[in-house]
Amino acid sequence: MTPANEPMLQLLAPDGSYGVEKPFSRYGEVIDSLGEDQLRTFYRDMARIRRFDQEAIALQRQGQLGLWVPAIGQEAAQIGSGYAVGQNDHIFPSYREHGVAITHGVELMSILKMMRGVNHGGWNPEETRFHLYAIVLGSQVLHAVGYAMGVKLDGKVGTGDLENDLAVISYFGDGATAEGDVSESLLFAAVNEAPIVFFVQNNQWAISSNIASQTKVPLYRRGEGFGVPGLRVDGNDVLACYAATKIHMDEAREGKGPYLLEALTYRIGAHTTSDDPSKYRDESEVEYWRQRDPIARFEVFLRRQGVEESFFEEVAEAGDELARDIREQTFALPKPPLESIFDNVYSDDHPEITAQRAWLRAYEDQMGEHE
Amino acid sequence: MKTRWVSMSNYQEMAIAKAINAGLRRAMQKDEKVLVFGEDVARLGGVFRVTEGLLDEFGESRIFNSPIAESGIVGTAIGLAMRGYRSVAEIQFDGFVFPAFNQITSQLARLTYRSEGFQQMPVVIRIPVGGGIGAVEHHSESPEAYFAHTPGLRIVSPSNPNDAYWMIQQSIESPDPVIFLEPKRRYWQKGPVNLDTAPLPLHSARLLREGSDLTLIAHGPMVATALQAAELGAEEGVNIEVIDLRSLSPVDYPTLLASVQKTSRVVIAQEAPNNVSLGSEIAARIAEQAYYYLEAPVLRVGGFDTPYPPAKLEEEYLPDADRILEAVDRVLAY
Repeated sequence: MTPANEPMLQLLAPDGSYGVEKPFSRYGEVIDSLGEDQLRTFYRDMARIRRFDQEAIALQRQGQLGLWVPAIGQEAAQIGSGYAVGQNDHIFPSYREHGVAITHGVELMSILKMMRGVNHGGWNPEETRFHLYAIVLGSQVLHAVGYAMGVKLDGKVGTGDLENDLAVISYFGDGATAEGDVSESLLFAAVNEAPIVFFVQNNQWAISSNIASQTKVPLYRRGEGFGVPGLRVDGNDVLACYAATKIHMDEAREGKGPYLLEALTYRIGAHTTSDDPSKYRDESEVEYWRQRDPIARFEVFLRRQGVEESFFEEVAEAGDELARDIREQTFALPKPPLESIFDNVYSDDHPEITAQRAWLRAYEDQMGEHE
Repeated sequence: MKTRWVSMSNYQEMAIAKAINAGLRRAMQKDEKVLVFGEDVARLGGVFRVTEGLLDEFGESRIFNSPIAESGIVGTAIGLAMRGYRSVAEIQFDGFVFPAFNQITSQLARLTYRSEGFQQMPVVIRIPVGGGIGAVEHHSESPEAYFAHTPGLRIVSPSNPNDAYWMIQQSIESPDPVIFLEPKRRYWQKGPVNLDTAPLPLHSARLLREGSDLTLIAHGPMVATALQAAELGAEEGVNIEVIDLRSLSPVDYPTLLASVQKTSRVVIAQEAPNNVSLGSEIAARIAEQAYYYLEAPVLRVGGFDTPYPPAKLEEEYLPDADRILEAVDRVLAY
């Protein structure tokens, strides 16, 4: 049930107590520099994204979304790492990174739009620096490495100018590590000394395949043979995830090459709303991980820090308001016009697209179908 | 007039491989965002020497060797496009493109669509294609139909040095991904290259030889074979019109249909197996759009529906002028 005894960066124990082991002191220093506002933001966003997730599951069950991909249990890994990404950095997510998305100004409705079947993307990756969700496992990791190679060619690595330099972070899961594209990514990043952090959320289940069927060696060591060092982080500890991502993104930006972070977490929910985890795992295992919940743990920590009850009440209220809001907005999402299928297949004119668009228009006119 | 003299001075005789090299050089000179990478392209200049000399001129930040991982080559080209670079990625041989198939068809071809136009994908994938060089397996394939079937890609194939020189530059300038299929057994075929003026837009077909009895359509390495068939046909009194497709997706149907309206008979020659091939699609489109002009069914002369055979059999496997003329005879018999 618990992964093998491996060194792991943990700053916040499951009981909410804070402590820094000596070899990890530099990670502790990152947390020392955080103000209370930042800590409150971590909590607020973790709670927000969980409430969002619960509402999205409900919307799917009611037929309002084609599919939902819950991230419940992974809030610390996503909010902690997301806030550690710098203002110029670029993020290449997989498809479960709703928490990372909100740390970079992606509208939650954009994600719902995609899952409702209104579009395939939904936000401007240039503007948010949060790239589009990638559904083919591991495919986006190569894009991230290519992007990082471009950043290096641009001379925006290791100049010492923090306004100028940037790095890239790519998210993927334990299941995706089996894909060849992830191995190729580690290799290309290593030989090009690309400014990138590979952030693996090991939630221990790839649909119904558990981690034992995905790897024989702990995932934080997956990069070793390629020349990419790694660290295991407690993925349910928002402070550890923040500190590790901050330090290794800083180092990537400084030109120290790629790094791999394994955030050890747990997928509390189903793989997607189409999945039924009761068929392949014991409730006792889920319960074990519920006891290590990232949000409850951080709440204990904040209360010990003296954060008042009213803050938690406010967050809960804001969550309910968010749920109402996205529910209303989801119902109001319009169906896109059919003719939009022809938009952006190509950037330049294309005779087949032009002809088929004209044909469809004529057909619809003839059939008297008007949106 | 002196113009003839001046324009002649801007022609240069070169082989197809050299013409692509010259086109790449010019594109790299014009736009510093143009990068060239792939397996063995840097110091060696690629296994066919198409990128020879570019390393000395542009340095290793503009042209570099990639690890031997085709999915990685195309996947990183996509990321570089997102960062504003225009990559020319070389796949060493046609049979080695398949490890990159997912990145090409599911990612490269779709990212502009997926991003609702926020991200353009100006990536060129150069692939030497076709047989005829006596190679081992996986070095003689004609994979164009796989890519032509994929919305979002553009596919072109030059048949002569002048087109090679200009079409590689036009492909690099395209904001869309272009699969650039190089006729490997014709790499050393020489011809004049006009260094001043592009002959045609990227996606136009070329009427190569006028004729009145029949339209013969070919592309890439088969164009030379088609011309040879037309010469032989002429000796027998058959007047064959030859069209070089140049662009395989989109196909320049107006040029094809104009020819069919004139000749009423069509043969399509290709190296690829005929089943569900580019020739199949062209035959269907001609049937749809020129039905009343046709005097005979459209015939395809292609590879057999077998894996590409061992080299000792490829001379017989590949369509030659005789196989094309056999189809011409059948079409003329209607």
